[in-house]
Amino acid sequence: MSVAVVNSGGANIASVLHALRRLGAEPVFTASANAIRAADRVILPGVGAAGRAMEVLAGHGLVDTLRSLQQPVLGICLGMQLLFDSSEEDDAGLLGIIPGRLERLRETESLRVPHMGWNSLMQKKADRLTANLNGQWFYFVHSFAAPVSEWSLSTSFHGSEFSAIVRKDNFYGAQFHPERSAGAGAELLRGFLETPTP
Amino acid sequence: MNTTVARRIIPCLDVRDGQVVKGVQFRDHRVMGDIIELAERYRNEGADELVFYDITASPEGRSVDVDWVRRVSETIDIPFCVAGGIRSVENAALVLSQGADKISINTPALERPELIDELVRSFGSQCVVIGVDSIAEGADFTVRSHTGTPDAMRAPGRKTLDWLSEVVERGAGEVVLNCMSADGTRAGYDIEQLRQARKVLPVPLVASGGAGSVEHFTAVFSEADVDAALAATVFHSGQIPIPGLKQSLARAGIEVRPC
Repeated sequence: MSVAVVNSGGANIASVLHALRRLGAEPVFTASANAIRAADRVILPGVGAAGRAMEVLAGHGLVDTLRSLQQPVLGICLGMQLLFDSSEEDDAGLLGIIPGRLERLRETESLRVPHMGWNSLMQKKADRLTANLNGQWFYFVHSFAAPVSEWSLSTSFHGSEFSAIVRKDNFYGAQFHPERSAGAGAELLRGFLETPTP
Repeated sequence: MNTTVARRIIPCLDVRDGQVVKGVQFRDHRVMGDIIELAERYRNEGADELVFYDITASPEGRSVDVDWVRRVSETIDIPFCVAGGIRSVENAALVLSQGADKISINTPALERPELIDELVRSFGSQCVVIGVDSIAEGADFTVRSHTGTPDAMRAPGRKTLDWLSEVVERGAGEVVLNCMSADGTRAGYDIEQLRQARKVLPVPLVASGGAGSVEHFTAVFSEADVDAALAATVFHSGQIPIPGLKQSLARAGIEVRPC
């Protein structure tokens, strides 16, 4: 099985590649539209700011490529956020694959932003991918989050409830970092790699 | 239902010449073991995160050797932070590109605070941790730089709380506050200092220095409201096993990720 990891800029993509290799996959890190279209599975990672990542994707001519993918696609952290319409962050326009707008998490005296650390999942909707993940703990690092919607498979809570795993058709997104979430994260990645091709 | 992020337990591995070492009050570094071996052990015991501090790097002006960073990233699947020797955006990019999740800077930030802004612009706040070595001086707490070797240590003349406010202003995503009077003593975290730091920090605060018993961890979370507690000797020596520590914290009503 071929796995393309999309080059969306950002310095620390290595951990995603290492995690996939630990599962026996041989990921290709690429900004080539042809390589991405031809892959059996596509992973869209990302760290940093949404607007900047969209500039990188546009610069590589990948915006339409990503929107038209038919194989299972997994957005991780910022990569998940890029699947939505827009973000309060820099008022950025995103890929528009999943309806919705990212909002900034609100800090209070007892609630720190970024939401940085381990948090647990609550299942919203049954799905093959999340069948064994309810109540499991994952590592999050983010300041913006997708509201709970009909696309939420699982949610998490930091001051308010937000989408932790989303799905629309063949597009999946995880707000946390499965590559840094120990056994539970490996289970999610394995589940994604084993997702039946539509 | 769990309603918030778990408090984190973070073993700190001081790295010198490819080995994990630990000294008392920054002196007399004893070899504790191999980096990868210890990293895996802590991952399996349920550590939430690891900090690798290259203690040879900063004082001697050397840059961090990144080969072990790659090996750690290949091996473990929990987040880790690299500290020591990072003094430029280029250094930081190299460490992050090998798979580190965060970089922590201390002395270079005191020497040139603009470095914080540059790192935040390049990589985002979430990657940028500021380490602060602090000590009580009269009624105030003041920072120390070049703490990796005792002979090189300096007092740059900054008050700790002012410095914490400044690093947050410049975009730091997390602060590790190492209370030097407590470090290596195993007499408990410096609750009073951490409590004052908590008040000025809207970002996650990691307590460092002084852990000697399970009760010290309970106290620092419940009394100083820190987000994470870092320790070295009590973990490396096996005196406090992480699974038991987390069970005790959970019994005390502190939210932790189960091992």
